Amino acid sequence: MHSASKERGAADFLLSGNGVKSAPGLFGEAENSCIEPKISARGVNFYYGPKRALKDINMDFSPRLITAIIGPSGCGKSTFIRLLNRMNELVPGTRLEGEILLDGLDIVAPVCDVAELRKRVGMVFQKPNPFPKSIFENVAYGLEINGSLARRAIEEKVEDSLKKAALWDEVKDRLRESALGLSGGQQQRLCIARCLAVEPEVILFDEPCASLDPISTAKIEELILTLKKTYTIVIVTHNMQQAARVSDRTAFFLMGELIEYGGTGMIFKAPHDRRTEDYITGRFG
Amino acid sequence: MTKRELIQKTGFTLLAMCMAANIVFLGLIIFFIASKGLSIISWEFLTQAPVDAMTRGGIAPAIVGTLYLTLGAVLIALPLGAACAIYLTEYSPKGWTVNLIRISVNNLAGVPSVVFGLFGLAIFVKKAGFGVSMLSGSLTLGILALPVIISASQEALIAVPQSIREASLALGATRWETIHRVVLPAALPGILTGVILSVGRVAGETAPILFTAAAFYMKGYPDSVLSEVMALPYHIYALMTEGTHPEIQTQIAYGSSLVLLALVLSVSMLAIFIRQRYRRGYNA
Amino acid sequence: MIKRNKEKGIEWLFTALAFSSLVFLTGIVIVLVKEALPIFSTVSLPAFLGGESWYPTAEPPEFGIFPLIMASFWVSAGAMLICVPLGVGSALYLHELAGERQRAVLKPVIEVLASVPSIIYGFFGMVILAPFLQDRFNLPIGLCVLSTSIVLGVMATPTVASIAEDALGYVPRSFREASFALGANRWETLTRVIIPAAGSGISTAVILGMSRAIGETMTVLMVAGGAAVVPSSIFDPVRPMTAAIAAEMGEAPVGSDHYHALFAVALALFIVTFAFNIIAELISRRYRLKLGLSR
Repeated sequence: MHSASKERGAADFLLSGNGVKSAPGLFGEAENSCIEPKISARGVNFYYGPKRALKDINMDFSPRLITAIIGPSGCGKSTFIRLLNRMNELVPGTRLEGEILLDGLDIVAPVCDVAELRKRVGMVFQKPNPFPKSIFENVAYGLEINGSLARRAIEEKVEDSLKKAALWDEVKDRLRESALGLSGGQQQRLCIARCLAVEPEVILFDEPCASLDPISTAKIEELILTLKKTYTIVIVTHNMQQAARVSDRTAFFLMGELIEYGGTGMIFKAPHDRRTEDYITGRFG
Repeated sequence: MTKRELIQKTGFTLLAMCMAANIVFLGLIIFFIASKGLSIISWEFLTQAPVDAMTRGGIAPAIVGTLYLTLGAVLIALPLGAACAIYLTEYSPKGWTVNLIRISVNNLAGVPSVVFGLFGLAIFVKKAGFGVSMLSGSLTLGILALPVIISASQEALIAVPQSIREASLALGATRWETIHRVVLPAALPGILTGVILSVGRVAGETAPILFTAAAFYMKGYPDSVLSEVMALPYHIYALMTEGTHPEIQTQIAYGSSLVLLALVLSVSMLAIFIRQRYRRGYNA
Repeated sequence: MIKRNKEKGIEWLFTALAFSSLVFLTGIVIVLVKEALPIFSTVSLPAFLGGESWYPTAEPPEFGIFPLIMASFWVSAGAMLICVPLGVGSALYLHELAGERQRAVLKPVIEVLASVPSIIYGFFGMVILAPFLQDRFNLPIGLCVLSTSIVLGVMATPTVASIAEDALGYVPRSFREASFALGANRWETLTRVIIPAAGSGISTAVILGMSRAIGETMTVLMVAGGAAVVPSSIFDPVRPMTAAIAAEMGEAPVGSDHYHALFAVALALFIVTFAFNIIAELISRRYRLKLGLSR
């Protein structure tokens, strides 16, 4: 995966066969539409045992945009996002068909090093999941497993990451205390800081505010918007207002299928598909 | 009171009596051993070697021998047991290997202790040529302790939430990095509980060391892993069944029993204490 | 790439170490079989199992282990009469009646009782219980089936109690609520709904308690009295299989008929306890499946 940038040619080739049924967005992507996608899913089918959880998904994620995935629970949105850093491999009895390309390289291929992939594609989970270690150790963890940085550099990186995650001022005097003593919202920002420390290119948010109060949620949303400058962001949410507030593009999933994908404004104001409209207007789900 | 209520009341009283019987048993054992054993125990009793064919002197070599044997057994069982638990919870997908190993562990736990003794005799004492020695005894006791450590470690590992494993993997850590930097530290108190439980079990075992390690009477301390050792439980057995001064020997056996009982019970209470604290900590 | 190879290596290491239990268990079987087989050139299997005379050091020696088997059977059966009601009763009490604070004390009591070394039970039986029984029933000797059964029963009670309590814990709460909703009181719910639902789980506890009693060595060695005859009353001294092995192995010259005969006794003992454990395993697996639990 180290030589990804040299192989962009392959990505261009693959893009020409793009069969994604995405509608053009209304805003936020004029300057991006001609740029090659950061991540592409092509013909993705996913099975839990005999059950087909995802049906023929084709979808592109543009760099430095926030893409939201919405849909009723059980629609496959979390399953899908967990394919992008291969977290579903941890679930026994699952099977994937199709290709998922990161900068044009197939991350599903056996030669792809899953640990390297996950360093480039970070993830923030539904429930804050700090390690039962100190705040400092939590953020330093990803740096230490790479083992190349000096102590001083790690300290700087930890401070930097905590600042980016808007948590530094709240925790700078208690970095050595257990992360489990933080509030839920602080824990979630710590998890974001921990993720940033590894310097990923993509960050996947799997319903990051599902277990948080409205104030913490607002802080996380604000944070996600600032992160957009640097990272490609995918966020799964069951909260449509949240999708409308933070995202540039929105995809609607229903029963394992990608129903509609386009600019967030369009999806919420003028969806093409009847099912999307029904969901947006609260007629089901 | 209706008939239904009467039946319920009688039933519940019977159940309470069953529970009370456990407390009575424990109380009786501790009371009888302590009441006669306490007067025997003195500083000399705990720190001196026996003299005059074990009719006088202390039991220090037996205490030390038991500590050595137990330590040796844990050194053998802990790495093997922890590795097995890690394999079962962290690595292995569901399948025949897991079932096979799980069944082996369960059955090993059910093997009578005297059978371990015979195995140790045939393999370590005879075949490997370690003779009747501390090494043979520790190896035999280590195998016996293995299932205890495996099941306690497994329980501890399973209690570590899946979410923090995912957090570590999502940061690009490999499986092993995740295990030894995140999962093992979190499971450590539970594994420690298993170790302590196995110490309690091993320290009190007699049958496995009957033919593999134990000596009836030694003037001093063992000087190498290949020498025989005295051990508290075997010492008590020998006092009650061998020798020529049953009256005096029974008195000494009371003292030795009290020492062994105190050792084993405090160890198992320590394990229970650690586990309760740790469980509470996890929920908070 | 180096990192990935290291990962693979570590995984292989753990896999190999994980098989240690299987290796030891197989090793035990091989040793027992190998060391037991030679005796069957001296005595036939039916004569070995059915013979009523165990005189391994007589001239000529006799190797009939029927008295040892009967001794093991009777002391364990007697122990069951004590540990099953007491153990299951305690488990029901813990599960049904004890509040959080009581449980916090009572569960450790059971665990501590389970951790008392068997040599202590043996010692207790020898110096306290046997003289008491001798006195009370005017016996020639207090070391007999009765005293052994009592001590073994007490020993196995915590084993039965904690396994049975686990089994009760698997019964879904909804069963209880359904029963209450139909107007049953707590006792009726317990006896008609919870105990039947946990039935096979409780039988696992009983089987494992039995297995523990049969395999127990030091206690029976000290308390059973040691006479290798088929008992005719509960006041007869006996020599169970484990006691015979423990008492005689020290004096049996390695490689002698007596040595091989004792290994054959151990093999018989192993087969019995192994069968019990497998049966318990099968029952408990079916039980969990029945209640819809995977683990």
